[in-house]
Amino acid sequence: MSTTLDHAHGHADHAHDDHHPHGWRRWLYATNHKDIGTLYLWFSFTMLLTGGVLALGIRAELFKPGLQLFQPEFFNQLTTMHGLIMVFGAIMPAFVGFANWMIPLQIGAADMAFARMNNFSFWLLPPAAILLVSSFLMPGGATAAGWTLYAPLSTQMGIGMDMGIFAMHIMGASSIMGSINIITTILNMRAPGMTLMKMPMFAWTWLITAYLLIAVMPVLAGAITMTLTDRHFGTSFFNAAGGGDPVMYQHIFWFFGHPEVYIMILPAFGIVSQIIPAFARKPLFGYASMVYATSSIAILSFIVWAHHMFATGMPVTSQLFFMYATMLIAVPTGVKVFNWIATMWQGSMTFETPMLWAVGFIFVFTMGGFTGLICAITPVDIQLQDTYYVVAHFHYVLVAGSLFALFAGFYYWGPKWTGFMYNETRGKIHFWASLITFNVTFFPMHFLGLAGMPRRYADYAAQFTDFNMIASIGAFGFGLSQVYFLFFVVLPSIRGGEKAAAKPWDGAEGLEWTVPSPAPFHTFETPPTVK
Amino acid sequence: MNYVKRLTLLSMAALGLTIFGSASAVNNMDGGPAVHQLNFQTPVTSIAADIYVLHNWMIGICVAIFLAVFGVMFYSILKHRKSLGHKSASFHESTTVEIAWTVVPFLIVVLMALPATKTVVAMKDTSNADITIKATGMQWKWGYDYLKGDGEGVAFLSALSTPRDQILGVAPKGDNYLLEVDHPLVVPVNKKIRIVTTANDVIHAWGVPALGVKQDAIPGFVRDTWFKAEKVGTYRGNCYELCGKEHAFMPIVVNVVSEEDYAKWVAEQKKAMAANADDPNKTWTVAELATRGEKVYAANCVACHQANGKGVPGAFPALDGSQMVNGPQEGQIAILLNGKNAMPSWKGTLSDTEIAAVITYTRNNWSNKADDNIVQPAEVLAARK
Repeated sequence: MSTTLDHAHGHADHAHDDHHPHGWRRWLYATNHKDIGTLYLWFSFTMLLTGGVLALGIRAELFKPGLQLFQPEFFNQLTTMHGLIMVFGAIMPAFVGFANWMIPLQIGAADMAFARMNNFSFWLLPPAAILLVSSFLMPGGATAAGWTLYAPLSTQMGIGMDMGIFAMHIMGASSIMGSINIITTILNMRAPGMTLMKMPMFAWTWLITAYLLIAVMPVLAGAITMTLTDRHFGTSFFNAAGGGDPVMYQHIFWFFGHPEVYIMILPAFGIVSQIIPAFARKPLFGYASMVYATSSIAILSFIVWAHHMFATGMPVTSQLFFMYATMLIAVPTGVKVFNWIATMWQGSMTFETPMLWAVGFIFVFTMGGFTGLICAITPVDIQLQDTYYVVAHFHYVLVAGSLFALFAGFYYWGPKWTGFMYNETRGKIHFWASLITFNVTFFPMHFLGLAGMPRRYADYAAQFTDFNMIASIGAFGFGLSQVYFLFFVVLPSIRGGEKAAAKPWDGAEGLEWTVPSPAPFHTFETPPTVK
Repeated sequence: MNYVKRLTLLSMAALGLTIFGSASAVNNMDGGPAVHQLNFQTPVTSIAADIYVLHNWMIGICVAIFLAVFGVMFYSILKHRKSLGHKSASFHESTTVEIAWTVVPFLIVVLMALPATKTVVAMKDTSNADITIKATGMQWKWGYDYLKGDGEGVAFLSALSTPRDQILGVAPKGDNYLLEVDHPLVVPVNKKIRIVTTANDVIHAWGVPALGVKQDAIPGFVRDTWFKAEKVGTYRGNCYELCGKEHAFMPIVVNVVSEEDYAKWVAEQKKAMAANADDPNKTWTVAELATRGEKVYAANCVACHQANGKGVPGAFPALDGSQMVNGPQEGQIAILLNGKNAMPSWKGTLSDTEIAAVITYTRNNWSNKADDNIVQPAEVLAARK
């Protein structure tokens, strides 16, 4: 609709804007980075709500001790699928959606390097998601081995496990293709004059993330393929009776799994690094050190994996090595936090919704960082391993980290996507409701974990009741906040509202703000020059 | 508006009532978590005490850094606002500052790691144990074998003793809900106990917070850990590694007793074990075996195959009407001994008599009328070879 309008009132250079298929063909045959970005974002939001419903199922069962709503085997399916859907369906594709939308706009490229592969990387995801979610309907249900799919429990599962494995293979292939696209685009298609060290932080963090993805997704594929052959073709990779080793699965999995954690947080750092300077009206402090810190985190992420495995009983030297290496990560992460605060210092700050989310991110994510540091101490980790403390820790970094940054990015760049400003009051309601309910949900889990409540339990000792009730109430509040976000923020801001200026934030910088809002179908057909 | 407010208030009150109601119903658990517990359980070993101190120390440092860093941030948020007319400065680099805030955190991290190193080394030193006990994780209970030291030869299984009615909410929950077992592990006070862990089926983890111990139990491998409890008492723990559907229902209870009580307990155990031993060459009648088998079934099989023998479609096969159960007995003996897919191997857990009994039970129960309706212990013994 809006494109026809543009055409009617159009500028000469937008005259060919509507030379793209309409209706379903526009989306199925999409090769435009903006359309594909939109597809990714809707897909990931759908998965966020799906995974959220599963989480609420978990919290409903745990509202009281005893088995009320679900049998334990179904409860295990809920925890497993909640994890898989959120990690592979919600958070990762959401960042790829942001990358598709923003990286070409930020570096002054006309589109992504491989437009058709881009289409393929997206359209692999819906079949994978259908495979994953429909495994609930199979005999024996979905996989219940935990999102980590540890062997040999994974060999006891029904066909749902195989469907989960295939879904992850497909999603992994999608991620790898997406990463190749992002790396090629960033390295080859930057506008003249935009050297790497002038590149916006979001593009930088994605460049590094894309390398991490290419390095570790095949490792995951290897691990789950071995699981598959152990299950069906009589191999014994993880079966001691045949000369295999169940702990080897964990080593391989976490060699993927720990970089994966940074895959989900580095682009979040990138988004926050764009927003803080814009609303402090001051350039990012320590740009170069931000790039170095991001790279250091990425490199260190490859040598810390076994801190997930302290309880497996490694030799003392391994325990010490992984403890020290893990603690080192606190240093570059600290540098990032300090740089953000130095950017805010002596600024001229305003607190529109994107800034609220960014500050909220720093504040709450840092708590997750501290609990991470505490878990890195091997002896303390022995007490906390597989308790609710760990659940609290990774939700502080994955929800208050990745998800909050995604929301920040939505409010910051949304006007560029839709051409309309979101409703500021509603944005703030969404922020405060999410921040408060998030903490109500997850803060008490620290206490539960310290007191010894194990995670992935369908039932718990009655002494843990009150904190679990509080967490469950918070979880439903958090879930409702996201429904509010969909119906009161996202949909209205697509339908209309105050027209967004080309640059709605007076402190924002970057090429994305030089094109009109909404960004026309084709941008930067002749590359801009960066001084 | 008023109506909405009243409704909110009402629901808040209802919520408060439920919370208060539940709090007043439970007491602190002896040797387990307290109601509203905020920190680790009271340590009873030197390692657990070290961990406790280490953690408090870490929290102290983290809170101090947190307050300092976010003090600066919130000061900036309050003062450096556009609405207060604050003009933004333009600085955006300082190598000195960058170096400072790389080096200082590095030093802090080193300071944190040093005291932890000592504890890691101490935790891993399982040498010179007074008593060695093997803890075998199995779906879903623990098996204990006293391998070395006083009590050598004692062996038993330890399973959840919380009645099903409490779990299903039919009966009120006791104070030790889900953290109580039929046969607790018994050890003497002030002795170094080495726990060797392994598993029969999938990975489990043997963990008792008050003892500062958590060690995965890995099928096909052995790992070890140790503790030396300094106080007589009962200490409770859990399986900490997801191990299937009854993961939440295989707790650990350790009774730490005085040396005299321990000696008495060992003597009792040995007497009881001698009395319980079955002669595998005895010939039984169908009725005798089926009666015995019903108990074995209730203790080991019912969780998956269900009391009605119908199993769980798609996950656990039905025994009622099963070809395996009604067909030649060799197949059924083999599957019990060696396991298959989700079915664990019972070779090490059940005796010949128990296996024979439970097979005989399944062959004569529900609608099953197998031609071969009895299996004698001697036949199981023969199949083991």
